Amino acid sequence: MTKAPTLPRVLPGFGLSLGFTLTYLSLVVLIPLAAVFIRASSLSLEAFWDAVTAPRVLASYQLSFGMALLAAAINTVFGLLLAWSLVRYRFPGKKLVDALVDLPFALPTAVAGIALTALYAGNGWLGQYLEPLGIKVAFGPLGVLVALVFIGLPFVVRTVQPVLEDLETELEEAATSLGAHRWQTFRHVILPVLQPALMTGFALAFARAVGEYGSVIFIAGNIPMVSEITPLMIISKLEQYDYAGATAIASVMLVASFLLLLAINGLQAWQARRNGRSE
Amino acid sequence: MAAITANLYAQHDRAALLENRQATREARWVKVTILGAALTFFAIFLLLPLAVVFVEALAKGWHTYLDALVEPDALSAVTLTLLAALISVPLNLVFGVAAAWAITRFDFRGKQLLITLIDLPFSVSPVVAGLIYVLVFSSHGWIGPWLLEHDIKVIFAVPGIVLATVFVTVPFVARELIPLLQAQGREEEEAAVVLGARGWQVFWHVTLPNVRWALLYGVILSNARAMGEFGAVSVVSGHIRGETNTLPLHVEILYNEYQFAAAFAVASLLALLALVTLAVKSWIEWRAAQAHD
Repeated sequence: MTKAPTLPRVLPGFGLSLGFTLTYLSLVVLIPLAAVFIRASSLSLEAFWDAVTAPRVLASYQLSFGMALLAAAINTVFGLLLAWSLVRYRFPGKKLVDALVDLPFALPTAVAGIALTALYAGNGWLGQYLEPLGIKVAFGPLGVLVALVFIGLPFVVRTVQPVLEDLETELEEAATSLGAHRWQTFRHVILPVLQPALMTGFALAFARAVGEYGSVIFIAGNIPMVSEITPLMIISKLEQYDYAGATAIASVMLVASFLLLLAINGLQAWQARRNGRSE
Repeated sequence: MAAITANLYAQHDRAALLENRQATREARWVKVTILGAALTFFAIFLLLPLAVVFVEALAKGWHTYLDALVEPDALSAVTLTLLAALISVPLNLVFGVAAAWAITRFDFRGKQLLITLIDLPFSVSPVVAGLIYVLVFSSHGWIGPWLLEHDIKVIFAVPGIVLATVFVTVPFVARELIPLLQAQGREEEEAAVVLGARGWQVFWHVTLPNVRWALLYGVILSNARAMGEFGAVSVVSGHIRGETNTLPLHVEILYNEYQFAAAFAVASLLALLALVTLAVKSWIEWRAAQAHD
């Protein structure tokens, strides 16, 4: 795809479409994003370092990244089970389940946030059973985890499902006829094929969870040092008109986003190669 | 998309096949355990949050429910939400088509980088998305002083909300179109050109009919995101009631004022929008699968 064109272009509109694309992308996305780094670089190194390593901010990284990792791991396990059930089993209401898996993509995050809070609050449908057991979900770090599991749920299902559908049954049949148990077949034949998709889904869910704001702030309780996520730290700096501090933290988050995006691209290229499809 | 959706609709028969073959089925207890765990997870994390929205919305009766929806602040939030979607969706539709055309119909250096950059808004935190516009347009920002001189308000005003909405919905249409146009190849369009069709004729009569479902798919997904965006819009809005509140921000205000029934009533509108989006999405997949057969 990167080789220079050798044939004359037959189709029209190259200049117009590429020119428009680049102009639009620059104006809407790239130049405003560059503002973060230019603003951040106007800070002295010391001021920048102080802003991004303040104890409250450090605690927020630990919470945001830690809970995002945990949520992505939970979604990888249950996402695989859901994708497996949707592809391999018949059960009543399957089409409905399949359609509703995408709910976290379509439901506004603020709605998800207040709904989850209502469920897990002390008098909520689930909270009333969990709190007597000493499990406090709403208004604490566990609430952050629940919200991040919700918003990351479709990623693993939707990356694994198509791969499972394309999986050739001949492989499993060969494994069985060679005397492999079902578990051995899964472990050594199916899982290696699914691995790139599982890791892509994990990375997508993790990337989404790290930056998530709307669904988390309602249920988190936002207790300093305990349940404040990093995006909230940016908001609280902005509310104090500390633009420099907000920009410094935002630049850390942006670098994390770029690295994750690169990792996801790498994983998807790996997955494409594994599936024998060339881009 | 077509390939995936065709699979989706063949999957019911396929599941039956896989369940019946010795080599591809699990012991019954394994199947029951997997299915049980998957569906319990589904019920707790997806069904219950959806159900609780409607139950809480109607907790104080239909009267309170309807009152919350027709009060002036709610109506102005509806208007602003529609306006933001009405501007951002067509803009990103045009962008998505142009980007997909350039990327799939021509070869040039840096194509992979361009695809990655188009995806960028998906991996940027919504809060950072809002912040970048504050850094450019606020009174301390790059062109803030100039805007102030000319009495143009962007941040804490409607233009800022529209801009933030445009940012978060940039990738949707492009992302649906690129793989499809790539899979379809250039032959049909090239044949049309050789036969004497002009640029726009090729696009309207050859390309567009081939991608209309993917296009619609991208539009409804970006519309759902545009109407539901919270974080980015929250940063640039300033939360002025009746002026710069979208529906999700209105939900937050009501909730923080402990008007739970009203907050959930407005939230139920957004939940309905989500359900309609999913229904249309399933319908498009069904249509695409039919066209495929």
